Amino acid sequence: MVKKTITKEELFNIIAQIPDPEIPALSIGDLGVLRNIEMHQDKVVVVITPTYSGCPAMKFFEQEILSVAKEAGVNYVEIKTIYSPAWTTDWISDAAKMKLKEYGIAPPQGTSDKSFLFGQPKKINCPKCHSENTELKSQFGSTSCKALYFCKQCTEPFEYFKCI
Amino acid sequence: MTVNEALFNYSLRLGDNSLILSHRLSEWTGKAPILEEDLAITNIALDKLGQARFLLQYAAQLEGKGRSEDDLAYKRSEREFYNSLLVEQPNGDFAFTMARQLLNDVFDFFLYEELTKSTNEPLASLAAKSLKEIKYHLRHCSEWIIRLGDGTEESHNRIQNSMNELWAYTGELFEMNEIDSILIKENMVPDLSKLKPKWNNMLCEIFEKATLKKPEEGFMHTGSRKGVHSEYLGFILAEMQYLPRAYPSATW
Repeated sequence: MVKKTITKEELFNIIAQIPDPEIPALSIGDLGVLRNIEMHQDKVVVVITPTYSGCPAMKFFEQEILSVAKEAGVNYVEIKTIYSPAWTTDWISDAAKMKLKEYGIAPPQGTSDKSFLFGQPKKINCPKCHSENTELKSQFGSTSCKALYFCKQCTEPFEYFKCI
Repeated sequence: MTVNEALFNYSLRLGDNSLILSHRLSEWTGKAPILEEDLAITNIALDKLGQARFLLQYAAQLEGKGRSEDDLAYKRSEREFYNSLLVEQPNGDFAFTMARQLLNDVFDFFLYEELTKSTNEPLASLAAKSLKEIKYHLRHCSEWIIRLGDGTEESHNRIQNSMNELWAYTGELFEMNEIDSILIKENMVPDLSKLKPKWNNMLCEIFEKATLKKPEEGFMHTGSRKGVHSEYLGFILAEMQYLPRAYPSATW
């Protein structure tokens, strides 16, 4: 049985703090990967959604959620992965975007690009020196969610969390 | 054939396409021409694998015979795979891989755009998710096509020859069978013949920027809708399925 001592909000806040293994500055709450928690009589259902289809961190999140919930005294946890609505960078809060920037990753700017095929790449400010004098090196960085940029001002490469 | 059976087969067709293309792209891991490209190709392979996973999960659920996504990926034989002949073609050189990717991605872009309007909710939501990723893939390979086509004589010839060779695999992409007719009636999937002009226009626009000639229409390979493949699929499956077949109860 689920202990009645913990409320839905309390459990949500605990689970929401699990950091992303690839971007530890952000948690699954910040990213919007954690969608909901359903409290049932005999179990708790934790609803999550992947950022990208092939996100390899999902298995890690599942294990972390189970262990964090157990520490909080909740033993009967079921994890439900949903794909709809599709995850979007619009769910990342302004506070979380600030954390990303402080961590050295340029946060997503605006919403996803409509003129994706031949449009000019967006001008992204360097997260370190804030210069606009940057260039896109590759749409694909160390993880699916990031693109690789280079700052011509401070001559440092940096990553940009791309909009989807 | 019931609507459910047709949906099962359609999900396999989409899922197999993503799975086999993912496998082909992953063969570039560690040996792409430059580091950035290594990261890009493997990221695209990962997206395709993720898409394959949820399509095969959905297929397994529709079938309702207790098979899992893994059973579908690892325990079906060649004749039970429905991916296009295009995606199973060997990587060749980098130009060949990018040409294959472009022909597939432009098709996928229009197909998935239509699938987001499907009356079948799971298919519509999976399509909406995948489409965001497909746009990045398409942009990436179209930039390469333009760079190679409008580059040196050598790069131009390589990409033109790749396109000419792969063109014979594009007719099949638009083939429809009983599965399509059943699902089109339910407004679950698009009529592929209606996608062809859009596919053609976008490709022509890219070819023009890349100073490439559109390949001439001629003989078209066919077979995958019936599970008949080129010799290459068997070798892919032999590699991909070896471990689960040799050690059926192996776990991580």
